[in-house]
Amino acid sequence: MLGKNRLIFPGEKVLLAWSGGPSSSSMVWQVLEGLSQDSAKRLRFVPGVIYVDEGAACGQSAEDRAETLAQVKLVLQTVGFPWHLVALEEVFGLPPSVLCCSVPEPTGAEGAYKAAVDSFLRQQHVPQGEGAQDGSSPAQEQGQLCQPPMQKPLGLPSLAGSPAAAQTEALSRLFHSVKTLTAKEELLQTLRTHLILHVARAHGYSKVMTGESCTRLAVKLMTNLALGRGAFLAWDTGFSDERHGDVVLVRPMRDHTLKEVAFYNRLFAVPSVFTPAIDTKAPEKASIHRLMEAFLLRLQTQFPSTVSTVYRTSEKLAKAPRDGRAAGPRCLLCMCALDVDDADSATAFGAQTSPHFSPMQPPAEARPPPAPCCVPGVGRAQGCCRGACGRENPHVCVIEQLCYGCRVNMKDLPSLDPLPPYILAEAQLRSQRAHVLQEVQEYLIVDSDGEATES
Amino acid sequence: MPAPPCTSCHTARAALRRPRSGHALCGACFCATFEAEVLHTVLAGRLLPPGAVVAVGASGGKDSTVLAHVLRELAPRLDISLQLVAVDEGIGGYRDAALAAVQRQAARWELPLTVVAYADLFGGWTMDAVARSTAGLGRSRSCCTFCGVLRRRALEEGARLVGATHIVTGHNADDMAETVLMNFLRGDTGRLARGGGLGSPGEGGALPRCRPLQFASQKEVVLYAHFRRLDYFSEECVYAPEAFRGHARDLLKRLEAARPSAVLDLVHSAERLALAPAALPPRPGACSRCGALASRALCQACALLDGLNRGRPRLAIGKGRRGLDEEGPPGDRARPPASEAIPAF
Repeated sequence: MLGKNRLIFPGEKVLLAWSGGPSSSSMVWQVLEGLSQDSAKRLRFVPGVIYVDEGAACGQSAEDRAETLAQVKLVLQTVGFPWHLVALEEVFGLPPSVLCCSVPEPTGAEGAYKAAVDSFLRQQHVPQGEGAQDGSSPAQEQGQLCQPPMQKPLGLPSLAGSPAAAQTEALSRLFHSVKTLTAKEELLQTLRTHLILHVARAHGYSKVMTGESCTRLAVKLMTNLALGRGAFLAWDTGFSDERHGDVVLVRPMRDHTLKEVAFYNRLFAVPSVFTPAIDTKAPEKASIHRLMEAFLLRLQTQFPSTVSTVYRTSEKLAKAPRDGRAAGPRCLLCMCALDVDDADSATAFGAQTSPHFSPMQPPAEARPPPAPCCVPGVGRAQGCCRGACGRENPHVCVIEQLCYGCRVNMKDLPSLDPLPPYILAEAQLRSQRAHVLQEVQEYLIVDSDGEATES
Repeated sequence: MPAPPCTSCHTARAALRRPRSGHALCGACFCATFEAEVLHTVLAGRLLPPGAVVAVGASGGKDSTVLAHVLRELAPRLDISLQLVAVDEGIGGYRDAALAAVQRQAARWELPLTVVAYADLFGGWTMDAVARSTAGLGRSRSCCTFCGVLRRRALEEGARLVGATHIVTGHNADDMAETVLMNFLRGDTGRLARGGGLGSPGEGGALPRCRPLQFASQKEVVLYAHFRRLDYFSEECVYAPEAFRGHARDLLKRLEAARPSAVLDLVHSAERLALAPAALPPRPGACSRCGALASRALCQACALLDGLNRGRPRLAIGKGRRGLDEEGPPGDRARPPASEAIPAF
């Protein structure tokens, strides 16, 4: 899978996102096998493992979390890569720069990959001196080059003791305030992604590998359709996800169904840790994710090709907007180009929002209270915000900067205050910048090929 | 507990709560709102230009009844004229009752009605005959495949007969959502690429089609029909239980229970789907037999009928259309073309 896509260059630092579940455990195990000295097709990157402790969001007690962490540490020590153990509470300490999409490094053409591999191999042989092809010493050199921190796999001190009780409290308050399980799951995913991204950036990892299997991706595809994220399916379920700029998310396990993963784990005794997730033991109707999963698996029994059909369809999706419009501003939370147009009245988005403003309701004042009037963010809301940078209505400012799917999720949050401060700060910053840009618009010189001179 | 006052006119007592927004409205205001939204859809999408002769696909069911009624109300404002076209697929016990309902409506609204029958258009093949010929092959009968394709063709013919310039059908938001779910589950990238918009603009001689009700959810359509006391036929087709769409419909009902805006979210997703250029369907040409719009040499309707006439009804269903390129009457060749090496006799 990795060889076919040629995305991971030799010597690159790759972070493996391990959740303890079977697919990601299988992925970590396969990386371990692939990096070992005697495997046929050696992997050539430098791995690290990250485990995010989500106990607070799932409502686990401190003792349960400590127990799980002990098991996790045991497994991580056997694996032997440098590992990072972070608690989800640390999102409250993230800087707003997490949400900025930095400019990606220019990806080389086909030839660049081969050239990189060649130069890497050449590097291996240089310290050897003679060109004698000794079986063991190149391997030794490679071992030293590939795994510098091999002396002691250290748990990097992101988890110096348990997280502050205040942060745990804040996190559980946030998750309790969300009304539906669907929105909780989406929020959890978003926060987890941001946290992993931050750790990756802080420690110089340029790629993150997640262990989503074929079955999970098929469920994710259908779920995202139902959540209104049809425009971003290619990023959410494709092999590589470059929307964060410098850190690329890669999904190497996407070819393997859960059944294959289970067999592999059984045959090779892959260690994994079971942690209850936010939707464990939830009834089928509790969230859209559960519904879709149950539906797809049920349909699979009747039509055995369902999962693979949906997966193949996901491969045919393209990463461009439908009518080839230029990329505009990005969503605050999921960092995809916004898919809502204020001018769209002939679409479903327009249909949801226009009835609030159409002139057919005779008394103009007899309108629902102002909050819903501003929430969907059609042109009117721009006027509301323009007055004072939205200081009196930060809710609106945040909602405006979200894509359709994120907006629908945010509807289930009665108030945006429990959100981690970095989100609110970034929202404020962006709206201020937009406001300022509007003010100086007439003085800016726009280059004829469409590049603005302002950063 | 007395009902709250209507939120828009503040005078009458509210009679219902809108599923979409939860506002309490009285009957008259709800109907006015519904009609205004349909008008907005038509105007914003520029679906029906002034002076158009619009053929309404009337099946006697709730969607087409509501559509015809609303368009009749809006006709003076939009400056269009209406014609009812009903299609008789020849499904005994179902279609005849529905047609009776359409005839009553046409009489009540004084709109001209044209009935086109499969038996006349397609050489004696009614849906019951199709079902008999595809039955018992060990797989599902695919009645909906035949019925859907042939009905589109029949609607075109009917519309041409009355001299229409546009065709409208009563698909609502639930139908659109089910369609996109179904197409994903079956991996039908061709239909995914084509669907999701506001109907087709009518390329290559086909009449432009649109769906003015496509942002109205099914519940609202039913509520409207209730408040306007419309008379429609409300049973389901005899062949419906076998359809794959049933699964998608079931899923949609559950999704709606979990999240009420799921239907419009799905429609939004469908509008924004971006398929890789390699997966897009080819530009349509013309059918070699009947001249209608077709992506391959034969349009789907001709291909299906071909299969039926030759006693091989599954010929044009699914991928791999082997045998379609053969010419000649049935019984001429007893084997599929040379993709398998069979020695010549």
